[in-house]
Amino acid sequence: MSECIDIAVIGGGNAALCAAITSAEAGARVLILEAAPKPYRGGNSRHTRNFRCMHHGPLGPLIDSYTEEEYLADLLKVTDGKTDEGLARMTIRASEECLPWMEAHGVRFQPSLSGTLSLARTNAFFLGGGKGLVNAYYRTAEVLGVRVEYEAAVTHLEREDDRIVALDYTQGGKTHRVTPKSVVVASGGFQADTDWLARAWGPAAKNFLIRGTPYNRGVVLADLLDQGVEQVGDPTQCHAVAIDGRAPKFDGGIVTRLDCVPFSIVVNKNAERFYDEGEDVWPKRYAIWGRLVAAQPDQVGYVIIDSKSLKLFMPSVFPPIEAASIEELAEKMDLPPNELRKTVDEFNRSCGDTSDFHPTELDGVSTTGLNPPKTNWARPITEPPFYGYSLRTGVTFTYLGLKVDDHAQCAIGNRPVSNLWAAGETMAGSILGQGYLAGFGMTIGTVFGRIAGKEAAAHANAT
Amino acid sequence: MQMQPDLIAEARRQAEICNACRYCEGYCSVFPALHRERAFAEADLTHLANLCHNCRGCYYACQYTAPHEFDLNLPRALADVRQDSWKAHAWPRAFSDLFDRSGVAMAALLTLSFALLFAVAQGVRPESGEGFYAYMSHGLMVAIFAPAFVLPLLTLVVSLHGYWRSTGAVRLGLSDLGSALRSAGQMRNLEGGHGDGCNFENEDRFSHARRYAHQAVLYGFLLCVASTSSATVMHYAFGLEAPYGLFSLPKLLGVPGGVLLTIGSAALAWLKIKADPELGAQGAWGGEMAFVLLLGAVGATGLALYVATGTGAVAWLLALHLGLVLTFFLLTPYSKMAHGFYRLAALTIEAGRQRAGTD
Repeated sequence: MSECIDIAVIGGGNAALCAAITSAEAGARVLILEAAPKPYRGGNSRHTRNFRCMHHGPLGPLIDSYTEEEYLADLLKVTDGKTDEGLARMTIRASEECLPWMEAHGVRFQPSLSGTLSLARTNAFFLGGGKGLVNAYYRTAEVLGVRVEYEAAVTHLEREDDRIVALDYTQGGKTHRVTPKSVVVASGGFQADTDWLARAWGPAAKNFLIRGTPYNRGVVLADLLDQGVEQVGDPTQCHAVAIDGRAPKFDGGIVTRLDCVPFSIVVNKNAERFYDEGEDVWPKRYAIWGRLVAAQPDQVGYVIIDSKSLKLFMPSVFPPIEAASIEELAEKMDLPPNELRKTVDEFNRSCGDTSDFHPTELDGVSTTGLNPPKTNWARPITEPPFYGYSLRTGVTFTYLGLKVDDHAQCAIGNRPVSNLWAAGETMAGSILGQGYLAGFGMTIGTVFGRIAGKEAAAHANAT
Repeated sequence: MQMQPDLIAEARRQAEICNACRYCEGYCSVFPALHRERAFAEADLTHLANLCHNCRGCYYACQYTAPHEFDLNLPRALADVRQDSWKAHAWPRAFSDLFDRSGVAMAALLTLSFALLFAVAQGVRPESGEGFYAYMSHGLMVAIFAPAFVLPLLTLVVSLHGYWRSTGAVRLGLSDLGSALRSAGQMRNLEGGHGDGCNFENEDRFSHARRYAHQAVLYGFLLCVASTSSATVMHYAFGLEAPYGLFSLPKLLGVPGGVLLTIGSAALAWLKIKADPELGAQGAWGGEMAFVLLLGAVGATGLALYVATGTGAVAWLLALHLGLVLTFFLLTPYSKMAHGFYRLAALTIEAGRQRAGTD
């Protein structure tokens, strides 16, 4: 079988598919090795929703323009400068031509969006979400003759000097070996391996929930790093947000988010507040709450609101816990009732004039003399019924990955590995050192997937 | 009659997950309607169910379908509620179970009608008359078919009135009906929101096949109705009696109508075989298939009858065709045919609600 393959693509998400399609269009015979079974194919791309795209003037579903400088400024803000500016600029510039390419390969976008996020100018939303995109790419790949093996878990890449000579994978209990001319690694991060997370983070990581696919276990990443392939990114870093504590251990995806924090007080298991819930509008501060909750005992938090706030945020997937009194709510949520009563009373006493309350902007309605303060949307929690949600840390992705150059090529020391390229989450740390920018993961995946596919095909066609 | 609480509870569970996700926003009318709510009463779910065209786009795009523990299958959940809502509003209520057994009911009623008409045709063959009327007099046909046509329509009116009241009885205008007719006429909800069509017959592949097949049936059926109506007018108003020539209004409408109806029904039946039955109403497959085949047979025998003009086959073909038509009419309020009326009602109500939302 292996003699029929020019290129092996490891992984089955957005970046892998972009690479496979690009290679196949260049005439290469491509094999996709996807660790997940077919219903779960697509890795974390399955849970994504949009693509951040530079554009000069209206483009597809995007309005106005979004320049390279503005895009880069947004990236520098979230990464605090931890980025490779050369690679970042290259990615941003390439994003503009990606959108028409995506449409030409079956991806469909939503004309406009009515949700709470105001991203219509910067981000193009996939109709049906990331699984719709993934389905479109698999259909396109199929037409191009790309072979796809599901439940094919790559275990080892065999290297001789600067070349990958063979690749082992298991499928249906059997081990297979293929000897492609080129290899593209697009198999994501390691966040689904909680042991690895715990090694990097400490035992607290065992209590984290994994928002995405259970199949990103970092097996290929570990195999390559062990062989000395150049790495990038901080192993202790992962993108963590605070999600509904009742979410599944894996694969909860978008619905587990809770947007109610700005209208609430958040306490730990001792019913103590620990951070300013009104610091900034929700999308901006969303990501910091994962870390805040992770630092609390048992890595849990509890959101407390009253009836006047219930309809101010997006519907949640699990109904809130409801009670007629604060004490009853505390009991239902396993919090100490007297302590919670004290915390709520103290908060309520610190609230002042609420007549300027405005749920969609920083309204300056704040507490006085409270530590920590609540600097916006501070309204007393007084109107029954009272509602509560539990919060846990939800990991989206890890930052440790393979370092690549602007040809998406991997390296050992200062020498490129002649037939190994990486794309997507597994190399995103090359550009995204910390933080996150909505839709940027899909941008990196698409840009580098296409580059990796093109380079891999050029190499295969030349040998 | 109460709707089944377990079907409602399952649809509610799924709608709440959809409402927290919202990725499917652009696919069809169901999602904007769903996103208007925070809690889902039985009436809300019934409304969503009757807006759903079972295109399956949301299912194949969904990150939460089985084996995921959320186990979403919104097309099936809504199909179950939809089927149940028709049963709950069927009038007289004693016939509501026909929805479940409509395949069997159709076969039984068809056999009876066929036998009856054949016996009548043989027994009281008119002394004179041309064409069909050589086999069965015009008066007899009217005596059988006028009530068989009018009574089911009256029944449907009662059912729809109950349905309209139970879904919240919004104030509707003519513009709402116009919007619903445009939407139904173009099958806008089977376009997938991007104009690539729906995911009915081959997993996640988009295709217009079902949309076009359904339009062929819809317009074919309407042409056949127009053909019969024009013949009625010619008969009574102008004294022009059948048989009509090829270049007469009834034939110019009826022949293309019959062809569209036959081809469209065959295509719908074929697509139904290709589609995953797990994504439709449980237990309704047989009845739906029987209905499509009945509809196709009405068209095909109508055409065959025309081709057979002047031959001896007319005697039994006429009885067969009229038997099929009679069965079709009588079962209209209790078969898949009812969906057209409920769908139009749901689209009109939705247009009214959207208008009320933007006012």
